[in-house]
Amino acid sequence: MSKDKAPRILKIDILRFDPHDPEDFPSMERFEIEESHGMTLFIALNDIREHHDNSLKYDFVCRAGICGSCSMLVNGRPTLACRTLTSKLDEHITLAPLPLFELIGDLSVYTGKWMRGLNEKLETWIHDKENELNVDKLEEKMEPELADEIYELDRCVECGCCVAGCGTIQMRPYFKGAVGLNKIARYHLDPRDKRSDEEYYELIGNEDGVFGCMTLLGCEDVCPKDLPLQSKIAYLRRMMLKTAVKN
Amino acid sequence: MKQEKLDKTPARLDFTQSITGLILAIFIMGHILFEASILISKEMMYKVTIMFEGYYFFGETYPGIISFLAGFIFVIFIVHAGIALRKFPDNYRQHMAMKRHTLGMKHEDTYLWIIQLSTGFLMFFIGSVHLYMMIAEPSDIGPYASSYRVVHEMLAPLYFLLLISVITHAFIGLYRLALKWGFMEGKNTKVSRARYKLLMRVFIVVYILVGLASLAKYISIGLEHDYSAGVKKYESQTIKMENH
Repeated sequence: MSKDKAPRILKIDILRFDPHDPEDFPSMERFEIEESHGMTLFIALNDIREHHDNSLKYDFVCRAGICGSCSMLVNGRPTLACRTLTSKLDEHITLAPLPLFELIGDLSVYTGKWMRGLNEKLETWIHDKENELNVDKLEEKMEPELADEIYELDRCVECGCCVAGCGTIQMRPYFKGAVGLNKIARYHLDPRDKRSDEEYYELIGNEDGVFGCMTLLGCEDVCPKDLPLQSKIAYLRRMMLKTAVKN
Repeated sequence: MKQEKLDKTPARLDFTQSITGLILAIFIMGHILFEASILISKEMMYKVTIMFEGYYFFGETYPGIISFLAGFIFVIFIVHAGIALRKFPDNYRQHMAMKRHTLGMKHEDTYLWIIQLSTGFLMFFIGSVHLYMMIAEPSDIGPYASSYRVVHEMLAPLYFLLLISVITHAFIGLYRLALKWGFMEGKNTKVSRARYKLLMRVFIVVYILVGLASLAKYISIGLEHDYSAGVKKYESQTIKMENH
């Protein structure tokens, strides 16, 4: 921060609620803190917990955009708090927990439970009946380009931003969301996964899957990892249509 | 693995919604340009009218062709609307969830969908009125007959609303269609999306301006022309029809 300019005083409004306390009800609480150079929301929240209110609940692990724990609504939009510089925001900031996920308290939500349910439903692992569980066998070789393509989609950290940014899933909670569809696209690319197109169709060829997507593109625009979600959903849509026509 | 047959209906519905939307959008792109022929001259508009009535193919005019075309478009319109209904919020909870989400996110493409929803809903009514009139009275098209309809049958407000809704709905629809199916996407999909969005904006502005100009022209003809002797057919300077 330059010497001649006084640091901004950030006014941070946080939605406070403890669902486990029957006496509690949701309310906004304002905290005023002094902005420091290079401050992220992660640093700001730590400052609040340290100096203002040590009961504030929020999640952080890696503070570098890798673990996906600190997703929250920042001024109404889902994003990772650790990658959000306060200097890019207005001095009045509103924070709220991600919708749809189970609320633990304040800004902390249980994304893990939801993601586990999704992964179990979509069976997001390699299906290969012939070579089941032979850890001693060497994997077949793969073209580097293909490996890169798979790795690109594997960068998803399950932060839940695409789910919170999706209008479709707000209306229809059974929708699999971009996180689920991206995983299917990833396994469909993988030659080690032996599931047939028909088996994939059974998973996502319905209105809870790819045909439920209304192309609002909230997922694509809020994904903190910049995953090519629009293009992958389009790819799945074409593939599912082709599978339906083929049968 | 599984013995049951795949349920292909979701795929069919999604594809049918897209393809009927595409047909309607292409139809509208032509429609607005053809009706804008009035901006060139009354003679030009008359020639376009009799072209659709089959004059250049059969040597005389059959307004029934217009009825048939309008009926065909009406069927596609109803199929498109019917299938699109499944995307509407269908209860109060869903409506509120979408409202809260849209107001909180302030996200452009989510707004675009809300526009699709509202204009689509509006067109259930005004689109149907227009299509039914074209089926029922196909011969009331022409430089003077159309102007009479616009001014003296009070259709200008309906056409104004319809123009704004149909153009925004059609071009937002085409933009969303391209992204939905990944049509002609380049290596960098962010760039192709930005291009499609720019195209969408340009087309919306150009088509609304052209449409408004034509509507203004019909209104001015309707106000200036003397209809005291009834709505007579336009007399062409170049084309003489024996049976008219």
